[in-house]
Amino acid sequence: MSKISRARHAYWRANLILTLILLTIWVAVTFVAPLYARELNRITLLGFPLGFYMAAQGSVVVDILIIGFYAWFMNRLDSRIEHRVKE
Amino acid sequence: MASGLSRLQRYYAAYTVGFVIFVAALAVLESQGMPPRWIGYAFLLFTIVTYAAIGVFSRTADVAEYYVAGRRVPSLLNGMATGADWMSAASFIGMAGSLYLSGFQGLAFVIGWTGGFVLVALFLAPYLRRFGEYTIPDFLGARYGGNAVRLLAVAAAILASFVYVVAQIYGVGVITSRFVNLQFEIGIFVGLAGILVCSFLGGMRAVTWTQVAQYVVIIVAYVTPVALLAYKVTGVPAPQVVYGQVLERVGVLEGQIFDLPAEVETRRLFRQRAAHYADKIARLPGSLNEERTLLAERIAELKASDAPMRDIVQVEKQRRDLPRDADEARQRWEQAMAAAEERARPPIRHAEAFPATAEDPGGRIQQANFLALVFCLTVGTAALPHVLMRYYTTPSVQEARSSVFWSIFFISILYMTAPAYAVLAKFEVFTQLAEIPIAKLPGWVAAWAKVGLMSIEDINHDGILQLAELSFNPDVIVLATPEIAGMPFVVSGLVAAGGLAAALSTADGLLLTITSALSHDLYYRVFRPRASTQFRLVISKSLLLVVAVLAASVAAQKPGTILYMVAWAFSIAGSAFFPALVLGIFWKRANRAGAVAGMSAGLLVSLYYILRVEALRFPALPLGEPMAPWFGIQSISAGVFGVPIGFAVIVLVSLVTRAPPQETQDFVAGVRFPQEDDESPKGAEQRS
Repeated sequence: MSKISRARHAYWRANLILTLILLTIWVAVTFVAPLYARELNRITLLGFPLGFYMAAQGSVVVDILIIGFYAWFMNRLDSRIEHRVKE
Repeated sequence: MASGLSRLQRYYAAYTVGFVIFVAALAVLESQGMPPRWIGYAFLLFTIVTYAAIGVFSRTADVAEYYVAGRRVPSLLNGMATGADWMSAASFIGMAGSLYLSGFQGLAFVIGWTGGFVLVALFLAPYLRRFGEYTIPDFLGARYGGNAVRLLAVAAAILASFVYVVAQIYGVGVITSRFVNLQFEIGIFVGLAGILVCSFLGGMRAVTWTQVAQYVVIIVAYVTPVALLAYKVTGVPAPQVVYGQVLERVGVLEGQIFDLPAEVETRRLFRQRAAHYADKIARLPGSLNEERTLLAERIAELKASDAPMRDIVQVEKQRRDLPRDADEARQRWEQAMAAAEERARPPIRHAEAFPATAEDPGGRIQQANFLALVFCLTVGTAALPHVLMRYYTTPSVQEARSSVFWSIFFISILYMTAPAYAVLAKFEVFTQLAEIPIAKLPGWVAAWAKVGLMSIEDINHDGILQLAELSFNPDVIVLATPEIAGMPFVVSGLVAAGGLAAALSTADGLLLTITSALSHDLYYRVFRPRASTQFRLVISKSLLLVVAVLAASVAAQKPGTILYMVAWAFSIAGSAFFPALVLGIFWKRANRAGAVAGMSAGLLVSLYYILRVEALRFPALPLGEPMAPWFGIQSISAGVFGVPIGFAVIVLVSLVTRAPPQETQDFVAGVRFPQEDDESPKGAEQRS
């Protein structure tokens, strides 16, 4: 039992840390980038002012990456903990 | 499972190819002289018959099939279904136009509506799936216990979903009346039939498989015209990539056009007109009488001078059209003043963020509203029951996580195209319409003006169209792009089919949410826990019919505030559900008293803010004078107050009341950790 609860504890900790890191990145592209959109707009990328680009496309791309990474990482963690608990 | 999955994918691949062949065949027929009206009918018939066929094949009398598609939907296909579920008539028809009109400020919708899925992925989807029941009120009821939370959740789910479904059916009416020339009310009932054939017989199972098919139609229809437009303007049919250079050219044109003397003069004339109306409104009722006397004098004068009858009749008509009393005059003149002010406003530069304006010199209010709106849309996305419900339908927790990834992937195709759509359309307007003699404008301008979606007024009488003289409904951008780019009618038909699919698929999901809240949560869980499975489905299907007809009847009234109501749904759902859901999973100490208090507080604060700020839109309610917005935040972002208050109240009330029982602690552990034998604690035995 204690082995299971220790495994669970570690699992939940890993999950919380990952969630926190990804949430920070998300807040940066979702709220901080628009906050500084005027400043970012002074930089041009492929014809796009950067502030505009981040709001129109960049944030979406980062969101896809965040969700993809979370799914990949957690699904791997799930199969590991199931493994460990069964041992 | 693997073979089933590939079989399904083969089906949908074949269907997609079939759809493309169908469109190509119509294009050929059109070049052979098939009239546009028949192309419209063909699209309507083909798509609705397809959806109906899927609906009939997926009919079911099994509860798990009816509510959660038997939990057998593979993540990729669930992602497509969620995409169709999520992308509404407003996303499809309205978004590109809003981005056109509001420039950078409109991008809050792009960020918000995609960013919300990050919250779904990190905080909700896997946990809801591990819980593995049927509805969102189910989760809250099981986590906090007792009927109060469940009833609150049912009320909020219905409140947020019903206005949303009315807007979808309204959208169906708009599309069918415009492209297929059906009468608006008939169009609504055609749409109603299209919705019912799916959800009535097969519930979630039929809705899911139809939504996958609808996703294909939506995305093909959305991307095709923009790709053709991008090809026309830049020579590369990949709008999402190449519109940067078009944006640069738009910027140059903005610099050339905006400050032309004629443009400045036109705006001044509109400002003058607005001031004129403001003056007349201030002097009511005297100004109305003055006007009446003035016209009477003119008529007498004309009659005395033996003027032609035609002139006299014209002035008499003017007098007849005057507002009847001061109240009507105020209403009409205020509208006219707002329209003139709108046109008088200096045009915005498309890429500029938070520009200085007369009301907002530092751009601070726009900045605050942008961030507040992003916040409400993300939280609202992560709280709308019809989206969250979709993650109950995957076979496992792992598939639920991957499914959120596929959802945002499929949704992003539309949301990343919309800003390109807006920029390309703007380029076309600047080059084809601005500063062009009105007599030489392309024919589609007159066609859309005739249905009231565009209007042109040569206020300075120079015979040339200044930008301020052109105004249009945002929907025109998507609806008219095929014509703007000179494409054959078959592309317009395709756009109509796409808009229809977007509206129908969202309406299906919403309708199912409302009926399951009523039949499963209210009837079965609260009133008759011992009702038989058979009877529960009968109740469910009857309610579906009633709610659908009710929604269609409301839509047929063409309620004016409907678009605002949809925007408010995000704040309402966000403040009612999000804090209770997230704390329910991440904070074991949250208890029933906290949830009841927090959900009510969040919901009430948002509702209060919306109703008080928008008091003028609800003449039937005794609200008094509208309230000045707090910190200049628009009512659409009411959730920026409701959500934090919801969180705070849950935490405070939970802390001062007793900790939840051991049972609840076990429940939380159950949704947090993978179980040894089964990934869902309750899913297995509930399949009846």
